[in-house]
Parts: sequence; C-alpha cells; structure tokens
Amino acid sequence: MELNLEHRPNAHCENGAISTLLRYHGLDLSEPMIFGLAYGIFFTHIPFLKMGGMPVTSFRTFPGVLFTRIMKMLGVKTATRRFFSQESAMRALDKILLEDHEPVGCVVGMYYLPYMPLEYRFHFNGHNIAITGKDEKTGDYTVLDANAVEKVTISRKDLMRARFPKGGVYPLMGQMYWIKRMPKELPDLNKLIIKSIKKACWFMTSEPSFIKPVGVNGITYLSQRIRTWEKTMGPRRAKLNLAQIIRMLEEIGTGGAGFRFLYGAFLQEAAERTGLTVLNDFSRRITEIGDLWREFAYTAARIFKQRSDNQKNYDDLGDILQKIGQLERQFFLDLNEAVQ
Amino acid sequence: MKIEDVPQDLKYMKGTVIRDTDYAVDSEGRYQRVMSSGWEPKNLALDIIMEDIDEQCQEILADVRAGKSSPLAYHAARNLMDLDLLADYADIPKRTVRKHFLPEYFAQLDEATLAKYADVLRITVDELKSIPA
Repeated sequence: MELNLEHRPNAHCENGAISTLLRYHGLDLSEPMIFGLAYGIFFTHIPFLKMGGMPVTSFRTFPGVLFTRIMKMLGVKTATRRFFSQESAMRALDKILLEDHEPVGCVVGMYYLPYMPLEYRFHFNGHNIAITGKDEKTGDYTVLDANAVEKVTISRKDLMRARFPKGGVYPLMGQMYWIKRMPKELPDLNKLIIKSIKKACWFMTSEPSFIKPVGVNGITYLSQRIRTWEKTMGPRRAKLNLAQIIRMLEEIGTGGAGFRFLYGAFLQEAAERTGLTVLNDFSRRITEIGDLWREFAYTAARIFKQRSDNQKNYDDLGDILQKIGQLERQFFLDLNEAVQ
Repeated sequence: MKIEDVPQDLKYMKGTVIRDTDYAVDSEGRYQRVMSSGWEPKNLALDIIMEDIDEQCQEILADVRAGKSSPLAYHAARNLMDLDLLADYADIPKRTVRKHFLPEYFAQLDEATLAKYADVLRITVDELKSIPA
C-alpha cells in the first residue's frame, strides 16, 4: 500500500514532513512559506548547555515547534503520540497508515537511518521523516525524507530502532504525528503572514541586553566569545567548536547561511501575496546578511586548512559576527516597523 | 547567494541519495530552489570532527593492543558511543559495561551478552572480538 504523494526535496526535514502531510490534504504551501509562517528564524548560542560535548548553537527554533505552530495557525486538528513499547508504536503506525490512509510524520534518530551517508550518522535525535507507505510482503516502509532526492525505503527493524534512539536531551519514545481533520475553510494567509513576521521580529530583538545568548544578542555574544576561544581552550578545541558552528550553519537542512536565505525567499513570497512591496527590499537585505554568514564560513575554512593557528583569524571571525549582529538587529527592528 | 554561486563540492554525500537544498537568487533577484552536493567549508568542518573521532579511536586502539582496554571499547568509540550511550542501548548497567571495557572481564563474556553488543553496534560477534590490524 502506498499513498499517492510525490517526493519533493526540501532544505529542512521538519518543513519537508509538514509539507508532505499538508500536501496530502490538498494544501500546497512552499517550504519558505511554511518556515516563515511558523516564524522559525532565530539565533541562540548557549555555552553552558552542551550537546555531544559542544555548546549549543542554533539558527532556528526548537525541533518540533514548527509543526505545532503552523498547524495551530491554520486551524488544522492534529494528533501526536508517544509510546512505551516499540511494538505498540509500530502497530499504531500501521493502523493509521493502512486503515486510515494518512501519511504519518515520525521523529527519529539520525544514526540508525540506513540511507544516510556514513559521515552524517551522528547521534542526533531530532530528524523528521514522513512515512507514506508499507510493502505488505517485505514489511519495508516507504519514507519521504526531505533531505533525500527520491523516495527511500527502510526496513521495519531499522525504523523501529530509529524511532527509539537512546541518549539525547529527552527520550523520543517513538513520537509520531498526523493530521486528523482539516478546517472547513482556511484562515486568511495574508493576515497570518504579517502576524508571523511580527512574531519573528519579537523573538529576535525583544530580549533585554542582559539576556545575552538569545536572539540577535546571541550573535554579538558569540562574536565576543569567539575571540577568546583559542586562549581559553587551546587551538584544538577551538577548531572543533568552530567546526560545530559551521555544521549548524550549513549542515543538511538550513537552505544555506543558517536559514537566512530561506527567510529571504519567504519575504519575497510574502511580498507577492500581500502586495507589500517593501518586503522585497527586506528580502534583499537578509540575502546580504546571508552572504555575510557565508563569508564567515569561508574565513572559518581558512582556519581549518592552516596547520599553525594564529590569534588574528579568530578576531576576523569576531569582527564579521559583530557586523552581522548589528545588521540583523537593524534588519528586524526595521522589518517590525514596516509591517505595523 | 546567486544561483551560479551555489557550491557543488561533492565529498561526504557521494554515493547516497542525500543532497542539500539551497535557496539562491537568479539574475532577476527571484529566489529559486537549487540542489547542492556540498560545500567546501562544511566538508572541512566535517573533516575536523572526523579527524578528532579517528584520533580518539587510535588512542583506544593503542590501549587495546597494550592490554588495557577491550575491543568493545574500540567498537563503541567507532560508533560514536560513549559508555553511557552504549549502556543505554544495550540495556546493561553502566558499571557492568565499564567492566566489559576491560579485557579480563570481556574475555569471560557469554554469547548472549556478546550478541547483544554486536546487535547494538551492528557488527558480527567475531568482528566484535577482533580489532583491525
């Protein structure tokens, strides 16, 4: 049994899963639209919160939040379930897939996904996939993974493992979600777009200056800290920390420059839908900021390449980040004013 | 980023179905979705992390050869698992796993426990008992 859904590669896994579920019910939103409507853009750098021994740096909101936000905004009734037993988790999946004919979104650990390249297999328990079919004979499941270029299949055993990964910040417990009921009529998207932009601006700029790690404050904070890395943790740890940031910035799923380009694409589409042409200018501005993030990655790459490190390069990185911080603050303040 | 600047530095995603999706502007400033097969700075960042893992594995390997650690410790490190994570996956208490990281306890392990570890680490029992030469 396989549901009639075509595969569409997306930059981010969660956007991809949301888009798959919505498309099945006839609502075709582009990826930037989903990301923008759920005001996913964000920044945080928390040195004392460690993930895999590295400080947490994130360019988006917490995993799982996008789904809740966008479904609530659109008025879609959804269900989320977690399980204690692996067998009952698979049974429930089969029931919804085969009897109710609904595509199911699953949160899985990346490590046990067989189609991932070896080097991407990290113990990261927050990947989203949409399951759209099951081969009755072999028991293999058809998976739409946003990061893949085509549909992939995964065996029952692998899926079971992936749904119950260990470690991580919280246990996944086979978390899965699906759409129960679509609203009779959809709310006015234009209003939602304006609301979302305001919320995004609020999340980025509203923090008082003493809350350093969150929002645009976080970028300035990181710019200050990055200059001291080599002194405080030695060249080796500094490189590893920097590598981690570059991975968060460019790793599968950001659409380039830590979601900044994705947000630019959203603003452009929003300008078209709402007729607010001023948003086009903002799209251009965030693209420039995104290019600066790319430059940051380039400068980091120079540090990775050279064997003998010198302090100056980390200062260069700090300078770029400081500039980005100022630009982003001004960007979101102006954007907030433009949509009032 | 312009469409023609979208990097195509294929390295880590070679031979798999995984690709990056980037958003870039065309000559008229319209955003388009473009597939990318990787970017050098990101590949370099992954190199750094892989090198670090390799180095840790080599250290453990030296310990195994010197008779200070068991092959299990090496295979766990290869799978990016520390003691806590391995204990969690294998459903064996941490202090027991810590013992199994020592060669004298590892040698006494029964088949069932070995099979459990092998299943978690996705290798055969024979592979689990040996280390690469």
